[in-house]
Amino acid sequence: MVESLYKERNDGRAFDECRPMIAKVGIIPSADGSASFETGGTKAIAAVRGPRKLHPQHMQDAKTGILRVNYGMMPFSVWDRIRPGSSRRSDEISKVSEWALNSVVDLSGFPNTVVDVFIQIPKADAGTRVAGLNAAAMALAHAGIPMKEMITAIAAGKADKTLLVDVDKYEEDLHDLGEGATDIPLAITSRTKEIALLQLDGKISPDELLECIEMAKKACDDILQVQMKALKEAGVQNE
Amino acid sequence: MVNEKKQIVVPGETIVSGNEFLPGDGAYRDGADVVAERYGLANISEKHVRVVPISGAYYPRRGNTIIATVVDITFNGWLLDFGGAQNAFLPVSEVPRYVNKNEMREFLDFGESVIVKVWDVKSRGIDASMKMRGFGKIEGGMIISVSSNRVPRIIGKEGSMVRMIKDATKCNITVGQNGKVWISGNKIEDEIATKKVIEFIAENATISGLTLKTENFIKELGFEVKPVEVVAENTDEENIEENTMESEE
Repeated sequence: MVESLYKERNDGRAFDECRPMIAKVGIIPSADGSASFETGGTKAIAAVRGPRKLHPQHMQDAKTGILRVNYGMMPFSVWDRIRPGSSRRSDEISKVSEWALNSVVDLSGFPNTVVDVFIQIPKADAGTRVAGLNAAAMALAHAGIPMKEMITAIAAGKADKTLLVDVDKYEEDLHDLGEGATDIPLAITSRTKEIALLQLDGKISPDELLECIEMAKKACDDILQVQMKALKEAGVQNE
Repeated sequence: MVNEKKQIVVPGETIVSGNEFLPGDGAYRDGADVVAERYGLANISEKHVRVVPISGAYYPRRGNTIIATVVDITFNGWLLDFGGAQNAFLPVSEVPRYVNKNEMREFLDFGESVIVKVWDVKSRGIDASMKMRGFGKIEGGMIISVSSNRVPRIIGKEGSMVRMIKDATKCNITVGQNGKVWISGNKIEDEIATKKVIEFIAENATISGLTLKTENFIKELGFEVKPVEVVAENTDEENIEENTMESEE
């Protein structure tokens, strides 16, 4: 057994430890629901509007309301500039986030309507889509949208032979270290612990992947606690 | 029994366990557990478990008083926009006087506003009625919008807050549960002052000691406030309860 080249994390965390998390609810007064979620150098804000009537009318579904997710990074969120507006990458993330959130929300009570979720990333240090999902789940709950359960998300991964959770940008970029870097964004539902999103960028063996999922599930329990605490505190204030 | 205290619950959270409990609005059953389906205050009365929303968009409930605007006229009624996901329908038969079906615009025209009661809530829309005292067409005054979650604070305990404003500014105020407030007074200055007071309450709804602060705010605007019986400021929780209860049946 060859030892992994990535022996210690860049920021001194344990391999199964998340970066410090901060969650807030109700940050945008004009939205029906809003939240922010921060892990280390990554921050996501989410605003929810609706249910409201869907235009154009041909997109309406008479059986159920629909969910629309829009993800975007702010131009200054990374060291380099990001061109504002939609890109291939942001469109993809919007779509997969929409699918992940759709597995828990239930809009059958609001036919012909839309619920819009806007996710913006003011600062990025890897794991923006999972931070966005964590914020979006809180914002949807805050907007009073019927949901079977919450969504918690985390990026698991691998640097050389070491399995990690909450991968940061430094670790994501370790392409040249031994076996290279692997990044696995995962979204897990809070109650049934089902996987709502799994993407994989890099190389990993099936056994390692299963181990990664287990690590991610454990980390998601902590995230859920952070989300619930933020929601409950916002509720006390609201009374 | 288990938990008489009202608690804030998050979707997917178990409210109570036990087969004897019945999940109501905003709750569902998963095995032996009754689970929250939305974020809000869990309310367990007897064996009936429900979740009362505390934030988000306005959802009409039967019995609510709402202020709405005519957006369409059909052959047998009016379609009203009240700021929700669907429109409300006001049939000609639910209007307190005879209306000639060929001249429906005579009674209510596009863009005119009404105070109506939510008669029935279906997933396809809601039915409204005007056939009671206090409901009808709005003439004069102004309509302002606030968040529907602030309505309980504007009304205050047993209407104490709204009564205080009414007495001070001599304006007539009707608060719709959809967050629309109709203000009508003799002088436009009074109406504007009333608007300021209501916006002040909506902005500061989460602050404790709101009644006193509002009183001071009204005085700052140059009105006299009749000494109201001081209601304990610990009313918040009951407030929400009362107003939602009231609007239910």
